[in-house]
Amino acid sequence: MNEALKKEFAALVGKDNVMESESDRFSYAYDAAVLEPVMPALVVRPETREALGRVVKLANDNGLPLCVRGSGTNLSGGTIPKQGGIVVLTNALNKILEINEADLYAIVEPGVITAKFAAEVAARGLFYPPDPGSQAVSTLGGNVAENAGGLRGLKYGVTKDYVMGVDFFDVDGEIVKSGSRTVKCVTGLNLHGLMVGSEGTLGVFEKITLKLVPPPLAQKAMMAIFDDVNKACEAVAAIIAAKIVPATLEFMDNFTIRTVEDFAHAGLPVEAQALLLIEVDGHPGQVADEAEKVEAICKKLGAKRVQVAKDAAERNKVWEARRAALSALARVAPTTVLEDATVPRSKIPAMMSAIVDISKKHKVTIGTFGHAGDGNLHPTFLTDRRNKEEWKRVEDAIDDIFDVALGLGGTLSGEHGIGIAKSKYMEKETNHATILFSRRLKKALDPKGILNPGKIIGE
Amino acid sequence: MSDLPELLKQLGELDDQLVTCMRCGTCQAVCPMYEQTGREADVARGKIALLEGLAYKLVKDPEGVQDKLSRCLLCGSCAASCPSGVKVLDIFIKARSILVAYLGLPTVKKIIFRGMLTKPGLFDGLMSLAAKFQGLFTSPANDVIGTSCSRLLQPIIGERHFRLLAKTPLHREFPSLDTPAGASGLKVAFFPGCMVDKMYTGIGEASLKVFKHHGVGVFLPAGQACCGIPALASGDMDSYLTLVRENLAAFKGGSFDALVTPCASCTSTIKEVWPMLSDRMSPSEQKAIKAIAEKTMDINAFVADKLGVVPPEPAADAVTVTMHDPCHLKKALGVSAQPRKLVAMNSKYVLKEMAGADTCCGCGGSFTLTHADMSAKIGQRKRDNIKNSGAQVVATGCPACMMQISDMLSRNGDNISVKHPIEIYAESL
Repeated sequence: MNEALKKEFAALVGKDNVMESESDRFSYAYDAAVLEPVMPALVVRPETREALGRVVKLANDNGLPLCVRGSGTNLSGGTIPKQGGIVVLTNALNKILEINEADLYAIVEPGVITAKFAAEVAARGLFYPPDPGSQAVSTLGGNVAENAGGLRGLKYGVTKDYVMGVDFFDVDGEIVKSGSRTVKCVTGLNLHGLMVGSEGTLGVFEKITLKLVPPPLAQKAMMAIFDDVNKACEAVAAIIAAKIVPATLEFMDNFTIRTVEDFAHAGLPVEAQALLLIEVDGHPGQVADEAEKVEAICKKLGAKRVQVAKDAAERNKVWEARRAALSALARVAPTTVLEDATVPRSKIPAMMSAIVDISKKHKVTIGTFGHAGDGNLHPTFLTDRRNKEEWKRVEDAIDDIFDVALGLGGTLSGEHGIGIAKSKYMEKETNHATILFSRRLKKALDPKGILNPGKIIGE
Repeated sequence: MSDLPELLKQLGELDDQLVTCMRCGTCQAVCPMYEQTGREADVARGKIALLEGLAYKLVKDPEGVQDKLSRCLLCGSCAASCPSGVKVLDIFIKARSILVAYLGLPTVKKIIFRGMLTKPGLFDGLMSLAAKFQGLFTSPANDVIGTSCSRLLQPIIGERHFRLLAKTPLHREFPSLDTPAGASGLKVAFFPGCMVDKMYTGIGEASLKVFKHHGVGVFLPAGQACCGIPALASGDMDSYLTLVRENLAAFKGGSFDALVTPCASCTSTIKEVWPMLSDRMSPSEQKAIKAIAEKTMDINAFVADKLGVVPPEPAADAVTVTMHDPCHLKKALGVSAQPRKLVAMNSKYVLKEMAGADTCCGCGGSFTLTHADMSAKIGQRKRDNIKNSGAQVVATGCPACMMQISDMLSRNGDNISVKHPIEIYAESL
């Protein structure tokens, strides 16, 4: 990049907020996806929303590819920049602008950390339910751009269910307003809906209006132990069929159970073929009633044992085991690939047995855990990316998993996004017309193709 | 080593450790540097990516990487919360020494480590000389904390408020000791560490008083050297190995149940770092290191866990004391309940926790000199938490943290005194 242009960026965001050394730029060449790094030409960190808008305009005026980055926790390469492009950091735009307790909404800048926001909301006696695994570090802007999910998706929905409005910059740096502070709003096109899950390809978020809800008054957690994966899956279907929607309904396979037990010594039954970790919440009376019914359903469908948490400490123990799942698996092998192909709930047994077959066929190690209640499993590949031959088998197995998921009427990604990792599969799930339509849409909004080019729909 | 292929080869040997980082970014939530700057190269994930980039020739500027690596307190917060268990300190310490071997050690550090620190006799002599004349160029800053400042030294130490060197260092007061186990049936080897020997001698005296009270025998050999961490943190592996050898020689032949230090950094260095790097030493030295490391204990842990002490009820008019958890105690060794128990042993004190008791104070050894502004920013946050707790005293089990916290409190004009938990306990005896 020429010096004059660097100076122009420095004039917009301040000299200290422009990073041009090789070592600084290389540290924005990757995200949490297992993909090759790509070094940007420049990294800028605007400290005001006005400066952010001007950065977008300057990039567009110069036809520079622009990749917006919050905390870089993306699992599909959505925050890996384009060669020669710039990375725009949002982590200095981290102010909660308003929390409105009367009207149950909040307005935030895009760089606010999810968990910090949730804690601030909780301190006011309210609840922001989306809880992606990376919430301790992820930004709300990133959550909206990826439509992030989490453990509570089954009952409470995902990020899109909490986005009431998004104000964003178009490529000319003009602010486009969409949505409202009101529960109902049918004014104009649903542009904020378009922004959710757009992975930075259509606009750059300026501020976000999020819905808040009252927190549940009570919770009850339990662990159901099964000696057969199918029985566990049937129990999941039966719980929903009984018109009970637990806040969380998580699954762990035998490999994951054994790995977690080796690592955390949480007293898990290592002989179990499957565990369901279930939490119901709501009014205390309803919670007691539903917990009893869930316990009975699990037992009826062949659970060897159901352990109901008696107090906060026991409840914490149940979730500690779940929280340890990824950590424990990650320690088994150098490289961890966390997939999130998702199927309709009723197809989980078929998906589980397909994963076992694929693991055998390609001789790869897969531990599976995840959100059974919403069909969003995480088959986790444990491998070493430096071993070229094994890595090829992992890639083939991933291809197979996507084929099976799509064959079962599922989707490529439940919550991690398409990014560059899965864009080549997009047409398989949709069709050619869908890709063309999306590309035309992007071309109209971003004629020079500067906004996170190559993501979702290729180039 | 000064050729590139050798650098790449050495970095390649770290590859098995580097590859375990899955780039999840969880370290961003706990890193005190990242909290200040929001820059990826300041957090563990960024540094690990840079080292990998260097090893695979994607990054071609070793000096740039070295500069980023130096922007780290070695506090271990990232390692303590890492989901995939990356051995971050292990990687950073080795990488620093690999890069110093390639790029060379700055002259000032060469003089300090190779010319002075590794020669305990000379080091002691120079320090006593400095102790004699320090009054001439310093003036008192805060009586409660016991700090001074110096306009003359400003170019070297900046605006810092510091504690003067002790008039009589501990090794002069107690050249050596070898007393048998008493009522406790236990005997310890005592490793005061440089800061207790030369600056915070009161901590050494308090430790010996507590040992005596409980009938603990003490082996305090002459000729102890620095534990090695300052040299190692600067990438000077040679000086580090010299210092370890000097200490092995000093403690050789003593018989003791535990080696006890009142310094969190010394404890974690001897217990964790010595074994981690012992493959660079002879088999007999490795054996000696293993034996010593297994026996090494923080003094808070030793008193609380081995001497069966039971805290009394605090007095009605007890002084409020808040605890700072040193990174090298809590995150490295899991010691956090024991210093609180030691404070509770003195009924004249009552504990009052601060917010963020276990966040880094910003000292990071020589980091506080090389990155003074950043160190002060991180330290200011700790000072605010201490002040907001409303406590009259802050206690912490690490002389380096004590020095940093004293500096920050003194610069803010706070009248809050800084003590080691063993001093608080010893006051009650």
